[in-house]
Amino acid sequence: MEAEPENCPGVGTENAGKSSACAGCPNQALCSDPNTKLEDPGKALVAESMREVKQKLLILSGKGGVGKSTVTTLLSRYLSRKYPEHNFGVLDVDICGPSQPRLLGVEGENVHQSGSGWSPVGVDDNLCLMSIGFLLGSQDDAIIWRGPKKNGMIRQFLSEVDWGKLDLLLLDTPPGTSDEHLSIVLYLRNNEAPDSLKALIVTTPQEASLLDVRKEINFCKKQNLPILGVVENMSAFRCSCGETSEIFPAKTGGAAAMCAEMNVPYLGALPLDPEVTKACDLGEDLTNIKNSTTDALVSICQKIIGTLEIEEVY
Amino acid sequence: MLEKVKHVILILSGKGGVGKSTVSTQLALALRESGLKVGLLDIDLCGPSVPFLLGLEQSDVYQCDEGWVPIYTGEDKTLAVMSIGFLLKNRNDPVIWRGPKKTMMIRQFLTDVKWDELDYLIIDTPPGTSDEHITVMECMRDVKCDGAIMVTTPQGVALDDVRKELTFCRKTGVKVLGIVENMSGFVCPKCSNCTNIFSSDGGVELAKRAGVPHLGTLPIDPRINVLVGTTRSVLTELPDSNTAKIFKSIAEQITNHNSESISTD
Repeated sequence: MEAEPENCPGVGTENAGKSSACAGCPNQALCSDPNTKLEDPGKALVAESMREVKQKLLILSGKGGVGKSTVTTLLSRYLSRKYPEHNFGVLDVDICGPSQPRLLGVEGENVHQSGSGWSPVGVDDNLCLMSIGFLLGSQDDAIIWRGPKKNGMIRQFLSEVDWGKLDLLLLDTPPGTSDEHLSIVLYLRNNEAPDSLKALIVTTPQEASLLDVRKEINFCKKQNLPILGVVENMSAFRCSCGETSEIFPAKTGGAAAMCAEMNVPYLGALPLDPEVTKACDLGEDLTNIKNSTTDALVSICQKIIGTLEIEEVY
Repeated sequence: MLEKVKHVILILSGKGGVGKSTVSTQLALALRESGLKVGLLDIDLCGPSVPFLLGLEQSDVYQCDEGWVPIYTGEDKTLAVMSIGFLLKNRNDPVIWRGPKKTMMIRQFLTDVKWDELDYLIIDTPPGTSDEHITVMECMRDVKCDGAIMVTTPQGVALDDVRKELTFCRKTGVKVLGIVENMSGFVCPKCSNCTNIFSSDGGVELAKRAGVPHLGTLPIDPRINVLVGTTRSVLTELPDSNTAKIFKSIAEQITNHNSESISTD
């Protein structure tokens, strides 16, 4: 038996559950259910609520623990510092393992409900954050939810949070190519302005990670999601004695080779840096640190800014 | 379901990239070294790593009257492996499935695979506390499951998620066999100085606070990478390494589990 039939028309397409290839597929009943085909009413609500959010950037990786949240944090901190006249937001879409409240140093804060919806938590004057972490009573509380409930939460985050005017909303995602990812793309894709939603991919250099990341890149391609580029994280470790070690060796050429092979832009590499991991755990502002990691970060951020069209206001 | 399997062990972690699959494969291989028949089931459907880690990516699963036949890694058939990776035509193909489809696939892996007689079945999971985990826990009600091994790295941001996974185990009634702390400290090959890249002792402290056993602490050891893509155990390849000693000890603690000899220091 195959995971999906050879001529699978694709879940969510016109012929899902109806084509001849669907006969005998264990998921035929699911695909042919007419109720799943209706245009989600949430999409209009999301569009209305996010009309003043100019651009959205998804931080993706098929693999977990590669630094999606760290890169999201670094990028948001850097952008909000560099462009004090612009407004930035971060939405933590990782429902089961939210990390942003800790990384951005706003753990334990509360979300307030106002007339126009939930107010996100302010990290800086021009940077705000929404995460399910703010809605949990304790750090030990687990969100034991199947897909549909997670999707409902994501929809609420997009349609019932008072995001206000944002130049860029960064969305930190969980690993995989499943419910969260499909829902986000479904709600945020705007066919009239396809470039308002882009993806940034994060990976580590070893093949075990690249294997999952290639899947994620193919997910983006299938969903027609423009890929801004790939950041390689944890690429090498420099000991205090000066010796550099590859902790996650790039036996297959690392992110650069993968980018060439899959025809996506390679943005650069961030080294493994105990100073950064520590600052992340403590929620400190990393833009205050001056070392090789933050230098690498600056050059990656500049490349990203170049493609995001954040206009200078001066 | 799994009638001929004596013990089932889940490898969990709320966090991704902490080494669940590495611990799953090396634990399975360590148990095999002690003469046991072992099965390894990978239920990470969107990011299966087990076929790559064991060098089995070219293998194809075929069907017999009793269901899917798992991949056996040797003539002696002491290690049986099943993963969605074996069902994909191209290793870069994404599996873009929502929850219900993932649930059906996992049920099939547990009910329609001809697992035969196994001493241990190790189940490697994706990060999180969602569809895959709820499904496997539901299935474990009908099967005697020894419990779960929690893998973590020492830094706070990983521990946050592992604490959630511990709550998940408590709520679903699965026993936590213990916590393995991975990627704890890196010894520079030149100056032998140990740097705690991802902090240290986080797993030990969490075990203490949660009142569950600490099964061992694994260092960052780039030598382990030579084992990637093979079915060789760290026990036979790098017998003097700390990693080998710790895997040996974890395997012993697991197999002695029935006689309740895991210490809770």
